[in-house]
Amino acid sequence: MDFAVMKAYLPRYWEALLLTLKIGWQGVLLALALGIACAVVVHLKIPVLRRIVGAYIALFRNTPLLVQLFFLYFALPKIGIRISAEVVGSLGLGLLGGAYMAETFRSGLENIAPIQTESAQSLGMNPVQVFGYVILPQAVTSSVPGLLANLIFLLKETSVFSTISLMDLMFTAKDLIGMYAKTIECLTLLVIFYLVMLLPVSILGSWLERRLRYAEFGN
Amino acid sequence: MENVLLSVRHLRKAFGEHAIFEDFNLDVHKGEVVVIIGPSGCGKSTLLRCLNGLEPIQGGEILLDGEKVLRDNTSITKMRQKIGMVFQSYELFPHKTILKNILLAPMKVQKRPRAEVEAEALKLLQKVGLADRKDDYPRQLSGGQKQRVAIVRALCMHPEILLLDEITAALDPEMVREVLDVVLSLARAGSTMVIVTHEMNFARAIADRILFIENGKVVEQSDNPKAFFAHPVTARARDFLKSFDYE
Repeated sequence: MDFAVMKAYLPRYWEALLLTLKIGWQGVLLALALGIACAVVVHLKIPVLRRIVGAYIALFRNTPLLVQLFFLYFALPKIGIRISAEVVGSLGLGLLGGAYMAETFRSGLENIAPIQTESAQSLGMNPVQVFGYVILPQAVTSSVPGLLANLIFLLKETSVFSTISLMDLMFTAKDLIGMYAKTIECLTLLVIFYLVMLLPVSILGSWLERRLRYAEFGN
Repeated sequence: MENVLLSVRHLRKAFGEHAIFEDFNLDVHKGEVVVIIGPSGCGKSTLLRCLNGLEPIQGGEILLDGEKVLRDNTSITKMRQKIGMVFQSYELFPHKTILKNILLAPMKVQKRPRAEVEAEALKLLQKVGLADRKDDYPRQLSGGQKQRVAIVRALCMHPEILLLDEITAALDPEMVREVLDVVLSLARAGSTMVIVTHEMNFARAIADRILFIENGKVVEQSDNPKAFFAHPVTARARDFLKSFDYE
């Protein structure tokens, strides 16, 4: 393995990492927001909206991210909607992630026994208070492991961004291999950089999970 | 009689086709402790749940202080503040400490200042012997301790009446006593309570009036619990009480 070459490639990988992280986090944040909103709609059985949410979840859970990105990036311009590659990346990831987060979060909401609601109600709480003070915090804690798994899954899915010409990690590796044919070096760096990106997320996630779950589950 | 606090008139409650109560009537007076006993599935818990609007009713009316308990949003939250309820399974909020469990509703629902509620909560916790556990989480407490906290939580709302739904049914025998002692002291202090229980000795000790219910009907009631337990009038009550005896 040619370490000198690897060292020379480093700046390009760092750049790619930053771009991947930027688009990835935008997508993840969108996914979280969408997921919570959709789960609440489904949980509260809000008419009409829940049908729309159902259709959205079905559509995005059952099509690959690659296909979604292609649609947003190549099909939409044909009907006059032009979106930049970066925005398509975040949007696609956010829409896909939203569907997954919604399902995870919904299971968190359903995990809470209905009698907790009754207990809150008998203290005179109105529906908003019951949801905000009693149900939602418990649902968040109980869905944390699932949400974390989704988060890591989504950040890994960024590897398909290369197909819409975003210069993410995958793109950079393929590009360098194409130019200099240092396959083993480039792929090794690729593995290392994905680990650099995701290991801290995993570690931070477990720490956060322990903290959030302390109240209900102890250490 | 005067001073009727809670009044159930011609209550009809059904789950689909299956009627639990057809025409149930009950008056609870201020300061009175009404104990309801009866076989499982006779509607005891359902009755309590109707009283604070957790269950919709299909007919009749429930009045607290002459005011109708209606299940629409604004009125029911006001009514429920006057009706404390303690559940068999405690139902503390697992994500909050003991103190925060108690403070939540008085502060957020009744908008009372924290200092005042906290002082009251600590005093009550002291009384039930749990002041040192105020910063613990529910999972760190035993069943009997959790149930005492649940009682304190209900009391901090200053309810006019307390509904206790088989509050010792999930407890180990040695913990039953510590919970019942708390309830007994409440009764002595003049609290109005409707209690559903399977603890016959407790019922005998605490009841001002005892109701034996079966199939949604009052089979026998008595203002003299000692007499009722010693010499039930109806054959059905005799059979029921006999099932608690081991000779």
